[in-house]
Amino acid sequence: MLFVLMLATFIGLEVIRNVSRLLHTPLMSLTNAISAIAIVGSIIVTGEELTKTSTILGAVAIAASTTNIVSGFLITNRMLKMFKKKEPGRS
Amino acid sequence: MIETITQLIYLVSTGLFVLSLKWMNKPDTARRAVVAGVIAMAGAIIGTLLHPEIVNYLWIVVALAVGTGIGIPLARVPLTAVPQRTALSHAFGGLAAGLVGIAKFYLWLPAGELTTFRTSAIVVEVILGFLTFTGSLMAAGKLMEIVPTRPITYRGQNLVNLSLAALALVLGVLLALDPSRAAFFPIIIVLSLLFGVLLIIPIGGADMPTVISILNSYAGLAAVAMGFVLENKLLITAGALDGASGLILSIIMCRAMNRSFANVLFGAFGQIQAAAAGGERKTAKSASPEEASQILESASSVVVVPGYGMAVAQAQHRVRDLYEQLTKRGVDVRFAVHPVAGRMPGHMNVLLAEAEIPYDKLVEMDDINPEMPQCDVCFVVGANDVVNPAARHDKSSPIFGMPIIDADKAKTVMAIKRTMNPGFAGIENELYFADNTLMIFGDAKAVVGEIVKELSGQGGGH
Repeated sequence: MLFVLMLATFIGLEVIRNVSRLLHTPLMSLTNAISAIAIVGSIIVTGEELTKTSTILGAVAIAASTTNIVSGFLITNRMLKMFKKKEPGRS
Repeated sequence: MIETITQLIYLVSTGLFVLSLKWMNKPDTARRAVVAGVIAMAGAIIGTLLHPEIVNYLWIVVALAVGTGIGIPLARVPLTAVPQRTALSHAFGGLAAGLVGIAKFYLWLPAGELTTFRTSAIVVEVILGFLTFTGSLMAAGKLMEIVPTRPITYRGQNLVNLSLAALALVLGVLLALDPSRAAFFPIIIVLSLLFGVLLIIPIGGADMPTVISILNSYAGLAAVAMGFVLENKLLITAGALDGASGLILSIIMCRAMNRSFANVLFGAFGQIQAAAAGGERKTAKSASPEEASQILESASSVVVVPGYGMAVAQAQHRVRDLYEQLTKRGVDVRFAVHPVAGRMPGHMNVLLAEAEIPYDKLVEMDDINPEMPQCDVCFVVGANDVVNPAARHDKSSPIFGMPIIDADKAKTVMAIKRTMNPGFAGIENELYFADNTLMIFGDAKAVVGEIVKELSGQGGGH
């Protein structure tokens, strides 16, 4: 598993190294949404329903992660729509 | 069989996440990045729901609905508030990791399944998760100005912070060696929550872009730790991607301010300097919007340096009008964007994009500086520290060494400011007292509006 971590980190560093400065904010909101992958763990803990406590903790964690997924992707998309190269006509 | 399907879906998701980040490199492929990310995330969720051990869907569906309900309004905030939203979102990420860590600990404890490896992973997960949670909340509070943006410092602060962190780690190690010392677990959580708050309190507003990047990284690492706890490779890879991106952005931000990580975390920045014996305080020259419009009109090249003050005053649309008026007259207008302009990495670019300023008119600091001496007018709107020449030569200045936009090298500098008070970092700016600088006092939106009116009134338009 450490191997997986190392590999993923290297790929991440390589892929992100060249992001243009222009897109730093959308990049961060996108990675926000991606880091909400924590939802996977939250779903497992909640769905197993082993104890009341673990189910409730898991459910709160799902809600928190979902918030990030939804707002992260939506706001990234909203920002990207604004980046225009040419003179746009006034609507 | 189901397990194989899940693993396959996870594999595809991982690939799509990597592609998503890759497509984020360039504006013309960036929209695709979001689509890839959404598909990858949907896959991850569906793949997880297929797990045979998942027996109860009610709680999951309710929680998904609640999260969606909170998420949609959060995605509609004005773009000036994006840094706060981002900080909040890191807080949620940290919280999710921390809570899952607690849940797993108390599930495994009675079952006697707490191995040293599992306990270590959980400890790392809750420490990272909860310090990210409170730290991000503090950062959001500072950005919303609920918490004082000035650094809050006291004697022996670093010692206190380091001791807290060390104590949490020592307890974590002891717990991992013998999981029956379960009483340590809540103490570790409380320490992490406290550490998160104390870590952010001494950091001043000017360092926010760096802080947000670091917290971004921590949120990713917390997800990685969760992956180790649950032995889930998808969590590890996606978390690592986030951690890597936060790390890169932190490095870029630190470089843009010529400061080290340690310096950001431990050096309170921007305590008001007792003005160096200012016996020869020069006075600043001021100009009216009318005079400013005449100067701008007769220029052939103008470089606008926007800062956060522009966003606060909601002046970006007026700035766009100015850009249009001048372009119409054949004046070459470009925008010089400092890497740390605004309150998070790339913030200013987004604000200008929102105002429909074409992004090929935005120039990075390193590209514009060599051209500054040929520039007729440098028009500073709401930027302060990033154009302060003291950074180049005044060793006593707290921003000494920070790369700046060489606004002072332009033939004429015009700066809009409400008053002569120091900016966000609390540092005097000598640019305002330079011989070639004209100060235009007033609210940025009103002033730029006036200038535009002057320009459009002079036969430029109707």
